[in-house]
Amino acid sequence: MAAQKISAKPKLAVWKFSSCDGCQLSLLGCEDELLAVADRVEFAYFLEATRAQIKGPYDISLVEGSITTAEEEERIHKIRRQSKVLITIGACATAGGIQALKNFADVDEFIRTVYAHPEFIKTLQKSTAIADHVKVDMELRGCPIDKKQLLEVLGAYLIGRKPNLPDQSQCMECKLAGTVCVMVAKGQACLGPVTHAGCGNLCPSFDRGCYGCFGPKELPNTSALAARLGELGLDDKQRRDLFRTFNTAAAPFMKESLNYD
Amino acid sequence: MTKAPSVSTTRKIKVDALSRVEGEGALDLHIQNGVIKDLKFRIFEPPRFFEALLRGRDHSEAPDITSRICGICPIAYQLGASQAMEDALGISVTGPLRDLRRLIYCGEWIESHVLHAAMLHAPDFLGLDDALQIAKVNPELVKTALRLKKLGNDILDVVGGRAVHPVNLKVGGFYKVPTKARVRELIEPLKWAIDASRGVTLAFGGFDFPDFDYDYTCVSLRHADEYAIHEGRIVSNRGLDIAVKEFPDHFLEEHVAHSNALHGMLREGEAAYLTGPIARYNNNYDQLSQLAKSTAKEAGLGRVVTNPFKSIVVRMVETVYALEESLRIASAYEEPDGSCVTVAPHAGTGHGCTEAPRGICYHRYQLDDAGLILRATIVPPTAQNQKQIEADLRGVVERNLKLDDEKLKWRCEQTIRNYDPCISCATHFLKLSVKRD
Ligand code: SF4
Repeated sequence: MAAQKISAKPKLAVWKFSSCDGCQLSLLGCEDELLAVADRVEFAYFLEATRAQIKGPYDISLVEGSITTAEEEERIHKIRRQSKVLITIGACATAGGIQALKNFADVDEFIRTVYAHPEFIKTLQKSTAIADHVKVDMELRGCPIDKKQLLEVLGAYLIGRKPNLPDQSQCMECKLAGTVCVMVAKGQACLGPVTHAGCGNLCPSFDRGCYGCFGPKELPNTSALAARLGELGLDDKQRRDLFRTFNTAAAPFMKESLNYD
Repeated sequence: MTKAPSVSTTRKIKVDALSRVEGEGALDLHIQNGVIKDLKFRIFEPPRFFEALLRGRDHSEAPDITSRICGICPIAYQLGASQAMEDALGISVTGPLRDLRRLIYCGEWIESHVLHAAMLHAPDFLGLDDALQIAKVNPELVKTALRLKKLGNDILDVVGGRAVHPVNLKVGGFYKVPTKARVRELIEPLKWAIDASRGVTLAFGGFDFPDFDYDYTCVSLRHADEYAIHEGRIVSNRGLDIAVKEFPDHFLEEHVAHSNALHGMLREGEAAYLTGPIARYNNNYDQLSQLAKSTAKEAGLGRVVTNPFKSIVVRMVETVYALEESLRIASAYEEPDGSCVTVAPHAGTGHGCTEAPRGICYHRYQLDDAGLILRATIVPPTAQNQKQIEADLRGVVERNLKLDDEKLKWRCEQTIRNYDPCISCATHFLKLSVKRD
């Protein structure tokens, strides 16, 4: 079979942990580029797209999802051992995802709430990021990731340069795009000042405050923002919940949310 | 060649980690003396506890949070949750805002149906591993499919801001309505796509379909005026006709030991039922457009479909229809004055149900005085189909016992992929293992 020929193309693997599949779908969502990508890399393991499974080691592993079960905890170490470069894709893999809301709760009570037979369910107490378990070479933010960023990372890898990813805040994206500030002009709650850029200035351009799906930027001043949100009329619970969504287990967001518990 | 199955031996086939499905699941099959001893379709997608973590959150957050149940059908969650909240709060979204909701839902059907039919399911009928192998033998087909899929995503993008987890939908409508100019840009590509999708439908209609028929209980939405997508009553081909809020009176979910997903069934007789493209087609055929009906006929479909392998053709017929609907809505679109109906929160219970690409997706929420969620129940389509998938597998295995393990395994995978199972959704889903004694 053609797939088993030795090829010089780098081997790409896509791995799934606890997630919604939205981030790996972004790879299938590169409709214009998918066939070109397939010319340059070999999809060695990508269950969502192919039956073919080629043994490791892999040149690049894309990891989606967070660690929520003992099986996942074990599997990520196996994958790390087989991967030259390991890149986490999305908020689940990078910061525990929305399912990390259980980190603040009584998990046994959660199980009883959803399942008639709690004894059939095996789950860890916390949902954790991949970097809490193994060394991660690069992180892609977002819930979901931005496909242009994914292509940038793959493209950069193929020619051996550093990927060009923004590290400023969402606020800067508004300024660059000329989007009117929803907080200043409309008094809307917005996480833009503390959130990593990369979505392409999405929510503010839809007259909506950023809800932080790209997670905290470097050194975010979350307390100053929280104080301002208070002045705009958000109560403690609203401020807590704003920091407690898709990147709730990212340290700066988690710490800030705890101030309002 | 893999060993030929001898009738008097034990055969155990295991499919660990099913490919070309969204999420993870497995199948254990144990055959003894040519009889199925045990067949278990397992979901091992780890639970993410959405119904528990929604408690205490504001009703306005439910669309974005539930959207993360599934990256392939976020609109089903965003709209189902929004409608349930609107029901609880006593408002309804009508006119151009309703049209925009139907438009973005058409986008999700197109993107999801084409992804599944052309990229995930078609390789099974051609004996290939994946769509990239199809691209080697028929590049035009794959390029057309990718363009069609992209157009679905473009609709999501124009109306919702992005293809996966759009940001523009909310309880009561939208944050900002799209400009007429951007919606009108969809018109020319849609005209191309209607023709192109017909071509793909006819190509898939020519596949060799495994011989298998089932007398399904088909459950779907039905709307008085249109092929139901985002609104309607819940009906079946056996005479069921209920309001969405009566769903819990007629359907139940059972937690079975071998799975993380809950199995849906009819309360009456605890029977399996089918939801999704074939159920919709069988129940609402009369409401399809003339072009969709004639395409179905040319592609070899009858008035009623009983062979689940033909779901791939039904998905494409629905794609033709969704493209026509999109063209109709986009051509008539005028920017409405307001982007949403606003709501003052109060206590209440609300129900919402829409036709996700894989079938009906039901939501129920109970709110307190401040509009915070007290209780949440979400019943996704794959959980409802799980019992029927097992029934189909039984039938398919019984007819194919002569196949060697490798071929039987593939046939089982193909049977499961008939359902386009969205396993991420159902957990609240495949590995195949066959044991032959
Ligand atoms: S980060 Fe968001 S989009 Fe990506 S897998 Fe997790 S929930 Fe889905």
